[in-house]
Amino acid sequence: MQLKKWMAAAAAGALLSTGAMADKLKVGFVYVGPVSDGGWTYEHDVGRKAVEAEYGDKVETTYVESVSEGPDAERVITQLAQQNDMVFTTSFGYMNPTVKVAKRFPNVKFEHATGFKRADNVAVYSSRFYEGRHVIGLIAGEMTKSNIIGYIASFPIPEVIRGINAAYLAAKSVNPDVKMKIVWVNTWFDPGKEADAAKALIDQGADILMQHTDSGAPMQIAEQQGIYAFGQASNMANFGPNAQLTGIIDDWAPYYVQQVGKAMDGSWSSTDTWGGFDTGMVALAPFGDAVSAELKAKAIAARDNIANGNLHPFTGPISKQDGSVWLKAGETADDGTLLGMDFYVEGIEGSVPK
Amino acid sequence: MDYGFLIPAFQSIIIASTPLVFAAMGELISERAGVLNLGVEGMMIMGAVVGFAVVIAGGGGVLGFAAAAVAGALMAGLFGLLTLVLYANAVATGLALTLFGLGLSALLGSQFVGLSADAFPKLHIPVLSDIPVLGPVLFQHDPMIYVSLLTAVGLAWFFRSSRAGLIVRAVGDDHDAAHAIGYNVVAIRFAAACAGGALAGIGGAYLSIVQTPLFVENMTAGRGWIALALVVFASWKVGRVLLGAYLFGGITIIQLHVQGFGISIPSQILSMLPYIATVVVLTVISAKGIQARSGAPRALGQTFKVTH
Repeated sequence: MQLKKWMAAAAAGALLSTGAMADKLKVGFVYVGPVSDGGWTYEHDVGRKAVEAEYGDKVETTYVESVSEGPDAERVITQLAQQNDMVFTTSFGYMNPTVKVAKRFPNVKFEHATGFKRADNVAVYSSRFYEGRHVIGLIAGEMTKSNIIGYIASFPIPEVIRGINAAYLAAKSVNPDVKMKIVWVNTWFDPGKEADAAKALIDQGADILMQHTDSGAPMQIAEQQGIYAFGQASNMANFGPNAQLTGIIDDWAPYYVQQVGKAMDGSWSSTDTWGGFDTGMVALAPFGDAVSAELKAKAIAARDNIANGNLHPFTGPISKQDGSVWLKAGETADDGTLLGMDFYVEGIEGSVPK
Repeated sequence: MDYGFLIPAFQSIIIASTPLVFAAMGELISERAGVLNLGVEGMMIMGAVVGFAVVIAGGGGVLGFAAAAVAGALMAGLFGLLTLVLYANAVATGLALTLFGLGLSALLGSQFVGLSADAFPKLHIPVLSDIPVLGPVLFQHDPMIYVSLLTAVGLAWFFRSSRAGLIVRAVGDDHDAAHAIGYNVVAIRFAAACAGGALAGIGGAYLSIVQTPLFVENMTAGRGWIALALVVFASWKVGRVLLGAYLFGGITIIQLHVQGFGISIPSQILSMLPYIATVVVLTVISAKGIQARSGAPRALGQTFKVTH
């Protein structure tokens, strides 16, 4: 790890010393996991490669992987800021170090993923994954025979709770009898535990699984037991060629290409982007064979309606779990409430871990 | 309530516990010989990546486990070389072994991203597998589960009744005395460490070949440390290690089921439960045996140098 960081720094330093590429935009990326994780970090790296493919030798990208969200982060971000014109920090926990380092490097442009602290040279960006959850909820609601959907959840943060609510509301809208069983595994990444959770849910009658954890293990279990599941963050068809109905893909490439382009032509400014299907930042994996043509059309219609603004996954009437009204008929949720969501909607059993 | 889920739940418990059984048994052998190897996590993950590589290359599960055992043993051999021959500090070397294993396995495993191996076949024992309830609970597992149980039984016998086992214990309890009566302390410790490494490798491979047939960086997710703790809390007794491993696996699975039923206990508490329960139960059991310095091999972790 240390060696890798050192090499990245050395490589960047060597480029700097050759000096002759003043017209090259240099872009650095900080990753929280290894690029081989097959999920979150992998997709960010796909975005980085898309930037290279788009601009060829007009850009120079470097990355440092597996940077923990502690004191290490500030050091790595500082190092990258010294050597680059633009730095993408791709995890929530990099928020404070990014803002801190950005103060010291006013000429470097910073982009921080999933955070909410901005500055003149710090833009933030995230994806509306819940839009994807709406679509998989529709498919699950139509396809479940046991009327039980299993949901493997990671940590009780708004992002995850929002996904559960979005999927449940969509499933319920097409199948009033649907129930959602939720298991919290308190980890983003532990294939063994994710598999155990998948089995527990199947043993309790779930015939469709959703996950908000990062490994392909639940998909494998679904494949082994002949049920269905949805990929998370990345296309997981390899783990369940028959089991994967579709998946929610975090596609950072369009955003990265756009922002780097803006930095090149000088139109970059500090922005707050929360993109969904409309920007291409959220995409669907290819549909599995088990999804009927009719259902496929329905799912695609839902996606397109969300993309062009005709459909909001959180449209009233929606009550909270305790029965109190959250959204009146026709009302849609505002981003502030969505970003801080800490409650289940009516109909979901169990309670949000506090 | 439909109780049909109990049988598959029981099967899940056994599967979740087996990597711990292998790894903890391995560490038990090592520590009984006086070798404190904190590198279990590193040896497990190396077993996981090598085992998975062999399976992906078409070598099959048996060869996969064999290769994993060799990988684990090589890691332990490296540890033995550093600590037993070159007198490096055992604690530091063990920690280094874990870091080394995690890094090297990530490097080797980076080519396996997104690959999935076929499910490992389960045994079907005629007659026994078909008994209602008992059949699915006890006799419809993959062969490695039975290997793990036979290993435990074999080890219990080995340390209690065999001459070789008693020699290993003697080396672990008092290396000077063992040396004085003519045993080659370094060779015996080296062999015990390698045997322990081989079992840790198999435990890791059980994860990547049977439980979730895939490999991803850091997939052991701390199981090596749990195995280490089990050995200590079980006061170096085979039966208690087995009990502890199943207790840990059992509560892990049960808490997932409890959540599935929507019972309102905070999931963070449920996630802690396997750790707490295992520690409490094993400590209570072991408290009675406190007179023998809680059963620890008396020369555990001490450096042995031939002085005469």
